[in-house]
Amino acid sequence: MLRILHQIFRTGVVTEPLPDEVEAEISVVGKRLEEAVMRRFSRSISIREVDAGSCNACELEIIAMNNPIYNCERFGMQFTASPRFADLLLVTGPVSINMEIALKRTYDATPDPKLVIAVGDCGCSGGIFGESYASLGKVSNVIPVDACIPGCPPTPFELLNGILRLIDKDQPQRP
Amino acid sequence: MMTLYGTLTDHFAAAAVPGIILSPGMARGLSIPRERFAIAGSVMKGCGARLVAEWGVDETGLGREYALYACYALDSEYLLVRCLVPLNDPTFPSLTMKFIPAFRFERQIHSLMGLVPTGHVHSDLRPWIKFEDWPADAWPLRKSFAADQRLPRVAGEYRWARASGEGVYEIPVGPVHAGIIEPGHFRFQAAGEDIINLEERLGYTHKGIEKRFEALSPTDGARLAGRVSGDSTVAHALTYCHALEALCGCLPPPRAVWLRALFLERERIANHLGDIGAIANDAAFSFVLYQLSRLKEIMLRTNHQLFGHRYLMDRIVPGGVSADLSPDGADIIRKELAGLGPEFERIITIYDESPSLEDRLRTTGKLSQKLARELGTVGYVARASAQHLDCRIQSPFPPYDRFPPQEIVLNSCDVHARAWVRVEEIRDSIRLIGAFLDTLPAGGIHEPCGALPPDRSSFSVVEGWRGEIVYWLQSGVNGGINRCMIRDPSSVNWLGLEQAVLGNIVPDFPLCNKSFNASYSGHDL
Repeated sequence: MLRILHQIFRTGVVTEPLPDEVEAEISVVGKRLEEAVMRRFSRSISIREVDAGSCNACELEIIAMNNPIYNCERFGMQFTASPRFADLLLVTGPVSINMEIALKRTYDATPDPKLVIAVGDCGCSGGIFGESYASLGKVSNVIPVDACIPGCPPTPFELLNGILRLIDKDQPQRP
Repeated sequence: MMTLYGTLTDHFAAAAVPGIILSPGMARGLSIPRERFAIAGSVMKGCGARLVAEWGVDETGLGREYALYACYALDSEYLLVRCLVPLNDPTFPSLTMKFIPAFRFERQIHSLMGLVPTGHVHSDLRPWIKFEDWPADAWPLRKSFAADQRLPRVAGEYRWARASGEGVYEIPVGPVHAGIIEPGHFRFQAAGEDIINLEERLGYTHKGIEKRFEALSPTDGARLAGRVSGDSTVAHALTYCHALEALCGCLPPPRAVWLRALFLERERIANHLGDIGAIANDAAFSFVLYQLSRLKEIMLRTNHQLFGHRYLMDRIVPGGVSADLSPDGADIIRKELAGLGPEFERIITIYDESPSLEDRLRTTGKLSQKLARELGTVGYVARASAQHLDCRIQSPFPPYDRFPPQEIVLNSCDVHARAWVRVEEIRDSIRLIGAFLDTLPAGGIHEPCGALPPDRSSFSVVEGWRGEIVYWLQSGVNGGINRCMIRDPSSVNWLGLEQAVLGNIVPDFPLCNKSFNASYSGHDL
C-alpha cells in the first residue's frame, strides 16, 4: 500500500494542458466546451463508442483520450457502456456489411436528441477500404452524421478538439 | 533429423513434386495429388508439425483452376503443401480430424472460396466471417466475384451450439460491447456462475481485405497491410513487405532493416504496456492501468516526434522505411527508455506484490500445454502455456540473427502467465532496442522494388507483439497481386480463448479475454 501511495505522489498530476501549438486554442475551446457541457448537457456529456468495422487504430486513440495525460473527463466527457445513456455516438469505420444492422440498432437505441461523429479517415470517407461487397464505406452512408474527425487515426487531441467543436456549435438547447 | 520436406518426399516419392514456384525465403513447397492431401496431413502430424494455415486460391487468372494450400511448421521449418482442385468438383479432403484449427480454416475456405471439405463426418459448414444473411453462393475470393457488388440480404439462421438442462442459461454478448473495443459476438452457456461453453462468432469487421489486395498495386498493398489490425501496423506491414521483397528480389539497405526491427520492438513495448494495464484494470486495479498508459503515451509521443506517427503507420514501405532516425534520435530514445525502464519496474513491483490481483490472475483461464499445442496457438498465448514458439528466434531475419531475443516461456498457462510473458518481453525489448541503436548502420533507408515477376509466390512470417503473423503473396500475370493470404495470430488464438474460459466464472471472462487480447479486425480481414 505504501508503495502505491509513494508511486502516486511521485507521479503527481500528469494531465496536460494540450500541446503547446494548440494551447491557446484549447484554453479558449476547452473553456467554451466546459461551458457548453455545463449548459447543454447538464454538466456531463455521455459518449458511446461504436466500432463499425475499423482496423482498431481509432479505438487505440479513443482509449488514449481517457489516459491520465488527456483525461477527457475533466471536460465533463464520459464514456458509457450503453447507447441508451448516450448523448453522442463516436463511430469508427468503414461500416462493414456485417455491422450495418448493429450500428443502426445502436443509433435507434440512443435517445433523441443525439449527435453522431464519424471518426477516422475510414469513418469519414471509407478510407483505403472504400466501398465493396463487404464495406459500406463512410458512416454517413448508414446513419446521419453531424461531424467528421479525419485522421489515420486522429490523435487524442484531434478527437477532443473535434468533439468540442461540434458541441460548441449553436444547437437547440435541451429542455 | 528429417525435415518435413524430406519426410513428405520420402513418403510420397514421385507423387510429390516441388510444384509451387516459391521465391527463395523461409519456406519450401510441394505439390501433391488432391486425394492424398489428408494423408500428407497425417504424415505431418506424425512428425509433430503444427498446422499454421490452410487457404484456397483461385488460379484461373494464371491458366490453372483452384488450388488448396496448407502450411505446416516444425521448429524453424515451414512447408507449404498444395493440391489442385478442379473447377467442376470444388471439394478437398478435410484436415480437421488431424488438426483442430483446420475446422476454422476450412469453414473460412468454404464460406469465402466455395470449396467444400469432405471426408470429415462432423464437418462444420456453418458460414464463418460470411454471415448467414449473405447469399450462400457469394464466394468473394473467386475471381468471378466482382468486389464492388452489393449483395442482397437473405433470410438465414445461424445454428448455435446449445446446452440445456436445469439451471442452464445463455448469455449473448455483443457485437457492440460495453467498453471501447472491437465488435464480436460471444454466446455463453452457463450454470450458476460457471461457464459450460463459449461460442465465438466473429466476422463483424470483415472489410474484404484479402480481396482488396487484388485490386491494389503492390506498393499500396503495404498501406493496406498496415491497416489489417491497427495495433500491429508495423508487424503486418513488415510481414507484407518481406513477402513482396522476396518476390521482387529487393534487398532493403541495412539501416532500414535495423530501423524496422526498432519499430517492431517499440510496437511490442507500447502494446504490452497497454495490455498489462488493461488486465489489471479488469481485476479492478485501475492504478496499474493509469500508470502504464502514461508510459505508453510517452512512447507514442516519442514515435511521433522522431518518425512522424504515433503508431508508426506507413513507416515501413516496400524496399525499406519511410522515416529515418535523426542524428540526435538515438539519444532521445535512450533517454526515453532510461526513464521508462525504472518507472516500469516500480509499477510492476506493485503489480507483482498485490495479493488481491494475484488472487484474480493466478489459475484463472488456464489453457493447458496440450491444448495450446493442439490448437496451434502462437505468441504470448503459446509461450504462457510452455510452447517454445517465437519466430524471431526460430526464423530470425536481420538484425535478430545477431541479437537473439531472450526466449520467454512460462508454464502456469493462466492469465498471470500471459501477463507475465509480456512483462518479461518489455524488459527484453528495451535491451534489444539498446543493442539496435548501438549498432545502427549508416547509409540509405530505401531501395526501389522492381516489378513483380509473373505467377510466383512468396511466404513470410514475422513475430509481431501478438505472435506469428503469416503472409503468402502470389503475383498475377501482369505485375499485380493474384492473392494475398493473411494469417493473423488472432485467427488461431481465438480458439484458445474458447477453451481457456471453460469452468471459469462468467465475471472472469473479461480478464481471460484481455489476457488473450486477440484482434477482431486481424481475424475478420
